[in-house]
Amino acid sequence: MHTFLTRGNALLTFTLSVLAGLTFFCFLSTALNAYSATATIDTVKVLVKNVPDYSAQKEKQDLGYLMFDLQANLDPLFNWNAKQLFVFLTAEYESLDNKLNQVVLWDKIIQRGENANLDMKNMNTNYYFWDDGNGLRGNSNVTLTLSWNVIPNAGMLSIVRGSGSHSFSFPNEYTNVRAQ
Amino acid sequence: MLGSMLEEFQRMNKRQFFYQVLSFGMIVSSALMIWKGLMVVTGSESPIVVVLSGSMEPAFHRGDLLFLTNPTDEPIRVGEIVVFKIEGRDIPIVHRVLKVHEKENGTSKFLTKGDNNRVDDRGLYAPGQLWLTPRDVVGRAKGFLPYVGMVTIMMNEYPKLKYAVLACLGLYVLIHRE
Repeated sequence: MHTFLTRGNALLTFTLSVLAGLTFFCFLSTALNAYSATATIDTVKVLVKNVPDYSAQKEKQDLGYLMFDLQANLDPLFNWNAKQLFVFLTAEYESLDNKLNQVVLWDKIIQRGENANLDMKNMNTNYYFWDDGNGLRGNSNVTLTLSWNVIPNAGMLSIVRGSGSHSFSFPNEYTNVRAQ
Repeated sequence: MLGSMLEEFQRMNKRQFFYQVLSFGMIVSSALMIWKGLMVVTGSESPIVVVLSGSMEPAFHRGDLLFLTNPTDEPIRVGEIVVFKIEGRDIPIVHRVLKVHEKENGTSKFLTKGDNNRVDDRGLYAPGQLWLTPRDVVGRAKGFLPYVGMVTIMMNEYPKLKYAVLACLGLYVLIHRE
């Protein structure tokens, strides 16, 4: 351990080994966490329209419109290894064209340190609720669920679906495009 | 220092030299075996990828490492982070699934969007392509390591650095006694 190079080499190897070990223990410490929580969801004002989707095909497709209430306390999910929670609200339903449809209506990024106790009323969706076809009118079983993707400092990325969902139906009549 | 290195070089005989070359070959083939083994175990053609853009911030930054799996029998669902390639382009893109429409016979199509982007990825797909299919997917992100991939990005952006590192490594392995 006399030359500059051997000392530098030993120092670098030791630093890298310690960092790797710490990262591995960080991953292990939260590897078995369930990250579960409940969510209360409700819909306010549900409409369906039939208009051409100019960002996709030019035929008329069903466009759902809704506003929702959401309560969920996600504060207990954060720990030293949870860097961020990507929370998203999914609408899941079956239609004549497709056996399974999943559409994300709203999402939010919550980082560690921010308030994660969600309590929102009469929220607008972030994204348009386009169906692939005309399967929304009169659809009697559309389920809204809240899920979150846990992004760790190092480790497994897990997607957890919150317990507590809300089912609703779309009206049987299209709403005229001009009326709101 | 250079003088002592040259002395060592002259002292080595042929057998030692071939032994060094063999050790070097063992290291390279072990690395290759581990990489191919990972490809088989995960089912993905690229089991470890480096995040190249900032379109998934603040979750993933440029230089982070992602571990992918690609279980073809598990269907793709919203919220999953998929790594996909557009036909005709080589660069893999890491984004999140926004919409899924799946038919009775199992065929599905989906739409993706980067967390940090304002709009979905339709503008990124090939002209005329509106949806992605499971065929375009290289894998789904299951594990995450921060910063480790910066080395790969630096080596790609400064090729001279890559050649310098490889040359030093090769020289070191060939000359070093152990």
